[in-house]
Amino acid sequence: MTQRKRLSNVQSSSQSKRQSNSFMTQEEDEDATFTQPSTSQVQRGLEKLTAAQVDQKTAEVVQYILVKDQKKIPVRRADLVKHVIKDYRTVYPEIIKRAMLTFEQVFGLKLVEIDSKNHMYVLVNNLDASTARPSPVERPSNPKMGLLFVILSVIFMKGGVVRENLMWNTLKKLRVDPGQRHEEFGDVRKVITDEFVRQRYLEYVRVPHTEPVEYEFRWGQRSDMEVSKAQILEFMGQLLEQDPQSWTQQYREAHSTASSSQASSSNHR
Amino acid sequence: MSRELGDGHRRFLQTLMAVGVTDEQEARALYQHCCDTHTMQCIPDKLDEFIEAINSRLQPMFMQIRKGMSEENGRQYYALVNMAETDITRMTSDYADNELELFRKTLDLIVSSENGKASSTDILNSTDTMTSKKLKKSETEHLLTRLVQDNWLCERRGEYTLSTRCIIEMEPYIRTMYQEQVKVCHICHNIAFQCQICENPSCGIKIHNPCVARYFKGRVEPRCPACDDFWPHEIPEVRGLRSQSKR
Ligand SMILES: [Zn+2]
Ligand SMILES: [Zn+2]
Repeated sequence: MTQRKRLSNVQSSSQSKRQSNSFMTQEEDEDATFTQPSTSQVQRGLEKLTAAQVDQKTAEVVQYILVKDQKKIPVRRADLVKHVIKDYRTVYPEIIKRAMLTFEQVFGLKLVEIDSKNHMYVLVNNLDASTARPSPVERPSNPKMGLLFVILSVIFMKGGVVRENLMWNTLKKLRVDPGQRHEEFGDVRKVITDEFVRQRYLEYVRVPHTEPVEYEFRWGQRSDMEVSKAQILEFMGQLLEQDPQSWTQQYREAHSTASSSQASSSNHR
Repeated sequence: MSRELGDGHRRFLQTLMAVGVTDEQEARALYQHCCDTHTMQCIPDKLDEFIEAINSRLQPMFMQIRKGMSEENGRQYYALVNMAETDITRMTSDYADNELELFRKTLDLIVSSENGKASSTDILNSTDTMTSKKLKKSETEHLLTRLVQDNWLCERRGEYTLSTRCIIEMEPYIRTMYQEQVKVCHICHNIAFQCQICENPSCGIKIHNPCVARYFKGRVEPRCPACDDFWPHEIPEVRGLRSQSKR
């Protein structure tokens, strides 16, 4: 399915804001038909295949995941099996193992499961970024990533969760009005509540027991892995001309080993 | 032979994947940078060997870093090519079916033209013969802008040409699809779109503009390297290495 078609599907499937919800249920059902084969099943499966066949399938898996990653779309195991693995289901674990090895050895990337319930995978950078100097060749910077960085900063500074209204008001102060078409971002509300959510940079969920219905934002799993909280604090410090250490709680969180080690090894991709 | 890669190789590959295409100078700077970052030995003239090592590991994935010349300025560029899908199908994740049809039509126009260009008017007119959902004028214009942004086409004064990256990535596809029409440059033997053509009807060889510049440089009376007829076209200047970057 092309991304374009996927988008129109999402739009038409539901007019409500929680479009991804109805989408997810359907995905889970599909995935339920796939069961991990056992080690002996894999062994028997491999005996029936030539080395070239296994190599070919591994290459297809690597390419499929790379294409999805370019658009920052997490890969669902169900899709991978349906569109690429196909008749090779019995040797799925072996092929994924080889694909992961290729990502690490050739591309310096790591395939990570960000959602163990729905079996969703993303690629993160596996190269040590702590010593990296600015590269002489840069991808033209994506203005949407700037917007995302601001949103993540707001959430982080407010303790990890922010109500929708507060987010929109904060963005309005920065002259980004979710109710109006933005010159660079287009439909701002859609970029934030749909695109960033699908890419797993943000979580956008309904607050229980609210009438009228209210939503709140949190960091998505990809942000946890790819965005350094220390860098966010550094950015806020410069913006507000304040010492990052003065935000005691945030500073502690940003420099606790658990959160910073993950992000520093994955860089900004 | 596949070789062990270091993190320098991996960083080089990641950067190339992110930017799509780089010219030779950028590639050299990037090579240096990757070696420095990961404390690898950087031998200045060994960029091609460095890339060869990466290619040896990309080959089983049907991918390759390939070098090609810009028809615009004659400089060398590097692009990561997907050998499994060297045709238009690789664009299906970004473009709708009718958009791809129009891109194919644009490709037809460019290949069958003498100078490797298609005017926006001709492209707009070609929507009349579309078999999939016809694109409106504004949609076509928007699509052309996207194709330029995504680095498949280049635009200058309302005329569209294939980008260097597009030629490097789709050369095998274009060669198979347009066997009859496609000509190669008499000098560098690469596929030729923007070029000069020998006016001797029994010859008609093509030479890229930058190849013309290099080949005829300093010659008093330019003659066709194939039939020895007088070469009647204006001989372009050899462009300096540091001219503006056109991918
Ligand atoms: Zn040539
Ligand atoms: Zn001739």
